[in-house]
Amino acid sequence: MQLALFLIFGGLAVAGAINLLLQKHPINSALSLVVVMMSLAVLYWSLGAEFLAAAQVIVYSGAIMVLFVFVIMLLNSGEEENTHGSRAAYIAGFPGAAAIFCLLSFVFLSESKALGVANLGGQLSQATNNIVEISSVLFTKLLLPFEVTSVLILVAILGAVVLARKEQ
Amino acid sequence: MSHIHLSPFQTYLLLSLLKMAVVLVITLTAVAYTVLLERKVLGRIQNRWGPSRVGPFGLLQPLADGIKLFLKEDLLPLAAERPLFIIAPIIALTCSLISIAVVPFGALQTITVNGVGVDIFNVANVNIGLLVILGITSIGVYGIALSGWSSNNKFALLGSLRATSQMISYELALGLSLVGVVLRAQSLSLRDIVASQSGHGAASWNVFGGFQFVAFFIYLMAAYAETNRSPFDLPEAESELVAGYHTEYSSMKFAMFFMAEYANMITVSCVATLLFFGGPSSPFGSLIPAFGGPIIAAILPIFWFVAKVLVFLLLFIWVRGTLPRFRYDQLMAFGWKFLLPIAMVNILVTSFILAWRG
Repeated sequence: MQLALFLIFGGLAVAGAINLLLQKHPINSALSLVVVMMSLAVLYWSLGAEFLAAAQVIVYSGAIMVLFVFVIMLLNSGEEENTHGSRAAYIAGFPGAAAIFCLLSFVFLSESKALGVANLGGQLSQATNNIVEISSVLFTKLLLPFEVTSVLILVAILGAVVLARKEQ
Repeated sequence: MSHIHLSPFQTYLLLSLLKMAVVLVITLTAVAYTVLLERKVLGRIQNRWGPSRVGPFGLLQPLADGIKLFLKEDLLPLAAERPLFIIAPIIALTCSLISIAVVPFGALQTITVNGVGVDIFNVANVNIGLLVILGITSIGVYGIALSGWSSNNKFALLGSLRATSQMISYELALGLSLVGVVLRAQSLSLRDIVASQSGHGAASWNVFGGFQFVAFFIYLMAAYAETNRSPFDLPEAESELVAGYHTEYSSMKFAMFFMAEYANMITVSCVATLLFFGGPSSPFGSLIPAFGGPIIAAILPIFWFVAKVLVFLLLFIWVRGTLPRFRYDQLMAFGWKFLLPIAMVNILVTSFILAWRG
């Protein structure tokens, strides 16, 4: 079951990501990104991180991507023009991506014994509940980083308001 | 009679599919009859009869409407973005129907088939049921947003821009209004939230005994805006925007948007019932002693649940027949400057009181 979910939604995520690059129209690309986000949410859920999955759907696909689509609709931008791209991207991009891929697969394969195993069944029958664990960690051990992040977001909101206001 | 051996997983899968089919049929029937209810009640409010010709009291009207919409020509505008134009109503309807899956509409009744225990009055008892509903609601915005954009029609685009900004704005107030309830129940599972209100009948419901009436008010306002219903029905304001985002839609594609609106109404009514009015529990608590057999005991909670949902649906219709439409800037100011701050104050007060009580 878990393997089937992984194969279906992992494949969907990769297909969505490739489609994102290939689509000419920005709105189609944005929608492919939504597919990627949703597939990732299913993968999180199948790994037993149900809160992360819900947050992924609500925050990324439900709020951020809706804003993307909203802006694209508002600007009514046309089709992407085919350009050749910078040469630096070709020279550095492919080897860089290959290097990151090799590094990640080496780490995961060599440390596969140290990585944990999550059980979907215990998850869905409420044997484990990671919302309680996340919140207790967030409000004790990681309290300072958590609060600093929220202040950072507040500063960003204030900055956006200042930039958006037109001075007479 | 040959014996078929099913593994527990296969049994579970089959029973879940059966539950899905039953609940889907019931929900779609409820959607059809909510439309009829609205036309009848609106008719009475406006001092006329409403549909009364097809069948006794017009009861077969939904069937006639369905046949009419099904037989109409399905127009596709030449300049429309073809795939998105077709997908948009599907997204809208699917998202409005999925949420029903996590709603428990009866007391916990587990039957054991082939060694697998199945909760018969709930399709999926998920431990983050509330977040699932919020997530699916937030995905539902795409249906409306894409329909307006892909129609390539300025009225449709204006309608969908209005709908999108309205739904994003009110989703915040809606989500925050539910935090108080979650704090009280200390769980995101809808069954647990219902169980936390089942102590003393109506006195322990969140809206009365839980002192969440402010949260209930916010939720109700946000729910009207989320479902694009009057008095916040600006996305389809017929006096300004023809029909808003579904101007270019006809036949079954229009019917899907229509059904999605009413299915959303039913979903938000179910959630209001579960979170603030004790879900399927009786308002009298243990004042009335249990009577009848186990079958009555299983059916009575469903009766209470349906009765409460029906009251909310009537409230929706009553409001539509009574209140005029908001102006757009009033709508945005109401959401951001009034509902959002009082939702935050409600969270603060609720958590202080809960912490003080220990």
